[in-house]
Amino acid sequence: MRGSHDLGGLPAGPVDTAPHDMTFWEKQIDAMNTLLAQKGLRRTDENRRYVEMLGEDAYNMLSYYERWTAALARQMIDKGVLTQDEIDAKVAEVRRRLGQDAG
Amino acid sequence: MPAEMGHDLRPGDRVRVREDFPQGHIRTPVYVRGKEGVVVKTFGSFPNPELLALGRDGLPKKTLYEIAFKQSELWPDYNGPEGDTLLIDIYEHWLSKV
Repeated sequence: MRGSHDLGGLPAGPVDTAPHDMTFWEKQIDAMNTLLAQKGLRRTDENRRYVEMLGEDAYNMLSYYERWTAALARQMIDKGVLTQDEIDAKVAEVRRRLGQDAG
Repeated sequence: MPAEMGHDLRPGDRVRVREDFPQGHIRTPVYVRGKEGVVVKTFGSFPNPELLALGRDGLPKKTLYEIAFKQSELWPDYNGPEGDTLLIDIYEHWLSKV
């Protein structure tokens, strides 16, 4: 009935309105979002639908740009631009580069 | 969808929001569905975001209206001034004239 994003009127704590800087990776996602739009591969309303489809747990757990990232990844898979295997391989490569454990 | 929905609404017209819960990207928040408000102004016609969200062209375009709701009618325990209103943008296919 009510989407997990449709929060109007529900009990909530105070809203943090303090300004904060974007991190570098958030800027990268923002830039990628714009580039994909320029290439006609995503539209704002599509992105919103994908964010709203993340499910309540993911929606509440992820930050704003983490939601964007998850939504963009799913869209690119659905549109045949990327495969889950390609994304997994890239994530593993980045983790190795950063010296983190895989998985 | 009833034939009288949406078209030719004028400022001052009293309208009711469709009480419906379809899946997909819906820009009409749950808390105004089924509620009555008043048309404030018309913004023009725009591609339907519910269809854009599915990767389609969004046609036919839908007229977007600004609707005023009394806060006291939206929230049962509202304790602000009686004249307080909420202004919100709603597409024609969610509105019917009362």
